[in-house]
Amino acid sequence: MEHYLSLLVRSIFIDNIALSLFLGMCTFIAVSKKVNAAIGLGIAVIVVQTITVPVNYLLMNYLLADGALAWAGLPDVNLSFLVYLCFIGVIAALVQILEMVLDKYVPALYSALGVFLPLITVNCAILGGSLLMAERGYGFTESVVYGIGSGTSWALAIAVLAGIREKLKYSDIPEGLQGLGIVFITVGLISLGFMSFGGIDL
Amino acid sequence: MSKTKDILLEPIASNNPIALQILGICSALAVTTSMKVAFVMCLALTIVSAFSNLFVSLIRHHIPNSIRIIVQMTIIASMVIMVDQVLKAVAYDISKQLSVFVGLIITNCIVMGRCEAFAMKNPPLPSFFDGIGNGLGYSVILMLLAFIRELFGAGKIWGVQVLPVSTEGGWYIANGMMLMPPSAFFLIGLFIWALRVWKTEQVEKPDFKITANSRKSEVA
Repeated sequence: MEHYLSLLVRSIFIDNIALSLFLGMCTFIAVSKKVNAAIGLGIAVIVVQTITVPVNYLLMNYLLADGALAWAGLPDVNLSFLVYLCFIGVIAALVQILEMVLDKYVPALYSALGVFLPLITVNCAILGGSLLMAERGYGFTESVVYGIGSGTSWALAIAVLAGIREKLKYSDIPEGLQGLGIVFITVGLISLGFMSFGGIDL
Repeated sequence: MSKTKDILLEPIASNNPIALQILGICSALAVTTSMKVAFVMCLALTIVSAFSNLFVSLIRHHIPNSIRIIVQMTIIASMVIMVDQVLKAVAYDISKQLSVFVGLIITNCIVMGRCEAFAMKNPPLPSFFDGIGNGLGYSVILMLLAFIRELFGAGKIWGVQVLPVSTEGGWYIANGMMLMPPSAFFLIGLFIWALRVWKTEQVEKPDFKITANSRKSEVA
């Protein structure tokens, strides 16, 4: 239990997927103008990440990895080169299914998430989370915990940035830094702040 | 001919994918701690971008509009798989260092964005050059970042020691900050600033104009 808890804390604060691994940056910068939108997208990312990482774990370990097809009588088959194609397919399909399910059963949440759901397919935080899970060799429970943790870390980072940006628009910024430039410098400072978690040894 | 040149050169400074279109930033930040790794990444992205543009453009009349994203994604993912396999075969060390970022070219918005915005509407050859041009625009920023970070962070250029660092008996005290994530953000921010001082038409308008002090006592 303690192991999973430390993995969760590590993936949220120390290995923050946005601020120390730079994943999902495009959406991170583009959708962080308003706090409400940022939180909506953040929640969507947590949900999708929590589902896709374990599903991709199953897919990888029972279909694609070296010798994974042993249960079907094909122990010599190695399909691991198909990992990218399958992962992105699973993500796109899951997002689509989630969209339909939410539309049918939880229309309130569906309209709150709105345009953000389809955007998530091309968010590299999602694909990156699955690929990192594969690279670090997590087990099934670990991959569930990692999915929750990395999704939360991204949501946390974008909510913080959106909060700062809302205040930032009233400030007097040098002309060339206006807009994109100052956002990058702000993200740098946030990332510097998150680095202080780096010393924590779990 | 001059149109081809425009397509090829425009993304480098005046319509740079990273600095202006805010596309494909993830990998620009993550793989720039050494020039060698950054160069391989640039090469990979330019190849994927050029060829996926070419193939999307070739079949653009046959792609049903409702599933075009999936079709583009499949083409891009196939290109990435080929590049990844080649990298693993010829440069295994570097492909280990790039870790997940080769795979993440699939969701790199530059590739996706150019397929959607350019290749779907233009014939194959210009699309191919557009892919190369945007790959180059991305590469310019990446190599500049990698140059600065490697030189000041480790005292090396292209893996060769230029500034002898103090830990090995030299005089240069390496700035470890340069190899950490925050420095990448700061450097890109400063790059954008520099680029916009040079090309002033890229400057964004502020949301609120700060008015000058209006009370008499405040005006000197």
